[in-house]
Amino acid sequence: MSLLFKGRSQGAERTGISLPQRLVMFFISHVRQALASLGELWRNPAASMMTIAVLGLSITLPSTLYILLKNTERVSAGWDQASEITLFLHRDTQAGDIQQLQTRLKLWPEVESVVHIDKAQAMEEFQQLSGFGEALSYLDNNPLPDVLLVTPTSKHTSPTAAGLLLDKLRKEREVEVGQLDIQWLERLHGLVGIAKELVSVVALLLFLAVVLIIGNTIRLNILNKRDEILVMKLVGATDAFIQRPFLYTGFWYGLLGGLLAWVTVALLLWWMGDSISKVTQLYQTQFKVDGLHGQALLLMLGLSILLGLAGSLLSVHKHIRAIEPK
Amino acid sequence: MIRFEQVSKTYPGGQQALRQVNFHIAPGEMAFLTGHSGAGKSTLLKLISIMERPTVGRVMINGHDLNRIRRQQIPFIRRDIGMIFQSHQLLMDKSVFDNVALPLIIEGYSHKEVSKRVSAVLDRVGLSDKSRCLPIALSGGEQQRVGIARAVVNKPPLLLADEPTGNLDPKLSLEIIRLFEDFNQAGVAVLIATHDLGLIARMKYRTLTLKKGQMITDGLTEDWPGDDDESAI
Repeated sequence: MSLLFKGRSQGAERTGISLPQRLVMFFISHVRQALASLGELWRNPAASMMTIAVLGLSITLPSTLYILLKNTERVSAGWDQASEITLFLHRDTQAGDIQQLQTRLKLWPEVESVVHIDKAQAMEEFQQLSGFGEALSYLDNNPLPDVLLVTPTSKHTSPTAAGLLLDKLRKEREVEVGQLDIQWLERLHGLVGIAKELVSVVALLLFLAVVLIIGNTIRLNILNKRDEILVMKLVGATDAFIQRPFLYTGFWYGLLGGLLAWVTVALLLWWMGDSISKVTQLYQTQFKVDGLHGQALLLMLGLSILLGLAGSLLSVHKHIRAIEPK
Repeated sequence: MIRFEQVSKTYPGGQQALRQVNFHIAPGEMAFLTGHSGAGKSTLLKLISIMERPTVGRVMINGHDLNRIRRQQIPFIRRDIGMIFQSHQLLMDKSVFDNVALPLIIEGYSHKEVSKRVSAVLDRVGLSDKSRCLPIALSGGEQQRVGIARAVVNKPPLLLADEPTGNLDPKLSLEIIRLFEDFNQAGVAVLIATHDLGLIARMKYRTLTLKKGQMITDGLTEDWPGDDDESAI
């Protein structure tokens, strides 16, 4: 309804169009404006590509770090049980004593199995894997100790139970050092925790930068269209109507930037695939890097769109209001 | 239709553009607003379209006090006022059709309704064969007619024109004024600001004269002081 003139209705009201039809028209006009904004990007490919690239690459870094973290967690997830306790025996322990210790330990209710790696065997393995090879043959005698690998029964694999067992084992006369393989895992978890926080901080800073960059790009767009905005305001366009194309531009920046980030992450993982599989082969595990799929991908695209919208909203709110016909 | 009550406007910096201006324009009336440049014609029109707010006094349209109109409501007020500018204010990268259609698209008309109305109004201003042209390809008179078509396409009850004949020769100027007369006969109130005294002299319309921000005459063209007083204005 017109504010000034009773009985003079404005726009669609006049023609007596029903509510559902008006909704459809509203939807159509939104689609049209969205496509118009996309067309605008298409007509300035160089400028648009640069903004999209900034956004895409800014999202790529945290996404890649996130994937690496997620995969590290996946690898170590099966490891939070203590599977083995390593006992390094005194150097001067006789073979017979070792045999006795082994049989004795096997009788403990907490122990599932005990494997003996004698020092010669250990030396041989070390020579093969360490890369020192020939150099080791110059040693007069074998510096390695005999090792017993103790596997606890399933009841005693939790970190605390395994810790108690370790303390008990250390009291054995022949044992010099006892090590629970869960300790390094705890350290790994600690490191992963730090890395996670680092990723969050880096992501936050990059996202902030993206919002500012998009905001500035949209600001320039608005200033470029200053004359057009003035004319639109003169013929009665609301701020909401004027800002819609700019918001759609932000949306497209976000979506296209997100897709670019997806492609870049996939390329990075493919590029790193060889070196990752070399590492995993060393650990003799069947391991495939999980890329961005399903929820994570949707989350990333959503986030990217959100950033684009936030940037343009920031700019639009401030600058379209400031342009008033004088 | 338009009523000014003791309206004064002082711009920041102390320049007084209007002093205690009073007048009333009835619905369906057509009037000229004249005076030298700097006399306050543009300011007066800007107060009606709320591009500026009065420092003192009230501007009323159809009994509504414009001082009470909030910022968010201004676009809806402007939809009731057709505005025509000396500089045309057309979008140079859009076709004549798109320029004229702009107010309708802003108001959310359907595609069909838009093309129907735009064709009708372009026909009325004699530009139906130019609807696909860009404004840059048109002459000054034609561009002004595009501006007029855009101003009247949503059938506002009030038309404001700021120097609509500014850059046109007398023959074209008269054509433009005849167009305004057409719309006026259809019931639209028209207020035309111009310093083209020769043009006004040929018309028999009410003329409001501003001098240094004050309304010095208000009457029919016949009563208009004429050339003798022009030096005094």
